[in-house]
Amino acid sequence: MTAVEVVTRSRLRRGRRRRLVIALLVVLVVATFAVTLMVGRTVYPPADVVRVILGEDVPGASFTVGRLRLPRAVLGALAGLCFGLGGVTFQTMLRNPLASPDIIGISSGASAAAAFAIVVLGLGGAQVSVVAVIAGLGVALVIYLLSYRDGVAGTRLILIGIGIAAMLDSVTAYVLSKAPQWELQEAMRWITGSLNGSAWADVVPLLAALAVLGPALLGQARNLAGLQLGDDAASALGVRVERTRILLIVAAVGLIAFATAATGPIAFVAFLAGPIAARVTGPHGSPLVPAALVGALLVLVADLVGQFAFGTRYPVGVVTGALGAPYLIYLIIRTNRTGGSL
Amino acid sequence: MTTVLPRQAPGVAVVRRPARVRLLWLLAVAVVLLLLVAASLAIGSRDVSWADIVAALGGSSDGLDQAAVTKRIPRTVLALLVGAALGLSGAVMQGVTRNPLADPGILGVNMGASLAVVVGIAWFGMWTATSFIWTAVLGAGVTAAFVYLIGSLGRGGATPLKLALAGAATSAAFASFISAVVLPRGDIAGNVRSWQVGGVGGAGFDSIGQAAPFLVVGTVICLIAARTLNALALGDELATGLGEHVALGRGLASLGAVLLCGAATAVAGPIGFVGLVVPHLCRLLVGVDHRWLLPFSALTGAGLLTAADVLGRIVARPDELEVGIITALVGAPFFIAIVRRQKVREL
Repeated sequence: MTAVEVVTRSRLRRGRRRRLVIALLVVLVVATFAVTLMVGRTVYPPADVVRVILGEDVPGASFTVGRLRLPRAVLGALAGLCFGLGGVTFQTMLRNPLASPDIIGISSGASAAAAFAIVVLGLGGAQVSVVAVIAGLGVALVIYLLSYRDGVAGTRLILIGIGIAAMLDSVTAYVLSKAPQWELQEAMRWITGSLNGSAWADVVPLLAALAVLGPALLGQARNLAGLQLGDDAASALGVRVERTRILLIVAAVGLIAFATAATGPIAFVAFLAGPIAARVTGPHGSPLVPAALVGALLVLVADLVGQFAFGTRYPVGVVTGALGAPYLIYLIIRTNRTGGSL
Repeated sequence: MTTVLPRQAPGVAVVRRPARVRLLWLLAVAVVLLLLVAASLAIGSRDVSWADIVAALGGSSDGLDQAAVTKRIPRTVLALLVGAALGLSGAVMQGVTRNPLADPGILGVNMGASLAVVVGIAWFGMWTATSFIWTAVLGAGVTAAFVYLIGSLGRGGATPLKLALAGAATSAAFASFISAVVLPRGDIAGNVRSWQVGGVGGAGFDSIGQAAPFLVVGTVICLIAARTLNALALGDELATGLGEHVALGRGLASLGAVLLCGAATAVAGPIGFVGLVVPHLCRLLVGVDHRWLLPFSALTGAGLLTAADVLGRIVARPDELEVGIITALVGAPFFIAIVRRQKVREL
């Protein structure tokens, strides 16, 4: 067997595993989606659910499934896709799993802006998304500028992001404390993220954002892989570094901000999706699609757990937060033990 | 390798300013503190004449004006005490961990105290100030140990980045747990939420009285530890060589810091960044000698929190902005400035 054959074979094998994992993830997402539609206080058989989706009028199910569960499931899946894509883009671009938008303050910025737009400015619908996107981009720019000193160092960027996040979270807390008439559940949305009260009106802007920004991001997958090698190597490979980076940041921040405006910053999904996807697919190939699928799966599963696993219905963000923080701690400990730099 | 304290431009590394300068600063800080106290008594949603303020201080409470001032007295006292406690405990934490980013808020210690209190309220039906304080101190202590353990595992010890990350991760986890505990309990949710923002508005002399013993003991322990902290600043080996019992000294100083910030959190909610900002300011004023730095941090912390409280009453008149929000808005940029000054390899 020649060297070429060995390489070809191992490539084929890796490609096969990757495709298999992606197919499996798709199946899991669809299955969880279906369970979300069927299960609740009343359990409907799959046949009823399918009939509702096809537009038939089923007594009871039409309202419960069509009006309540379907928007919730769709919104959860879309938000998960957006968080996963945006998170893994940042993590890959900055070559650091900690540099995810929910740790460095971009989600906090979008969330604070969305809460501000709703409570103080009295906006609604797509306007909130626009404000959130602008704020997200602004925060990203500020973090980038502040951490720039003879180049951007990952550790400095992360620490500055943590500081910014602390500041923005206190803005959110302030805005929420000025809205006493709100239900606590509603306020929780802007602190941890929640799918409660999802409606089709929330789905539309998010779907549009994903339809535009998702393909734009996926089209940059090869350039993103180039950037991972470092700026010099990337430009040697023909990547237009600055242009690619700006495109990636705008697309990723846009996805995160639109999703945050719809569901609130669902804690740690953006942070978890990339590393989990890398674990199941292996280190080869673009991480974008698997991470997006893992993000959707995380949100849907966590929402099911939050709704039905305990006596109380918890918003999805409480579940992902309780899940994500131990992983973050594990990541710190593991990195410490191997002596690698964070 | 261990550059202990924040780096200053070459040539001006100040260990201790001359006595004259230090006394001058002491005087200046004391005057500013008095002015702030006066402002805190005078400023609020109701304009009150100075005559009424003096009368109210004398114990009289005739009319709405004097009654308003009477309500401002305990909150001013509380702001002073909590600020001093946080400033002092921040200075000690920075000394113990040799970490310029250490702060009860950033290390997640406040959040640990919060979680303990929330669990106590929700599951054990606690509702007295004393039980709050004990629980908060316990939570703060366990969290401090936990965060330091995570941050210091492995090679390189507890670098600022690792400690800050460990603190952020712990805070995030605890925030989730707090939500999980509070959400099913609609009856306590409102109370917990307003307590969590961090404020001194609802202060009363009874809760201050119950926190006072903890604050006094914590302060005494911290001040006793000042000399040890000076030795620790030279590095563990050198400190041992100087005859210091490093582990014991570190434990004692940490105990003092935990007592202070636990008790402060119990009475005023988690207030961040005071413990971060104050020691850095004070090092510029009096140098790095802990025997001066610690008392100065307490004074300046008291001033900073009182100022934040007064500011919160001015910017949102006739409403008010909780002091915890002001300190975060002012403190976070400071945090960022410190991060920017550090060299990458030190993070």
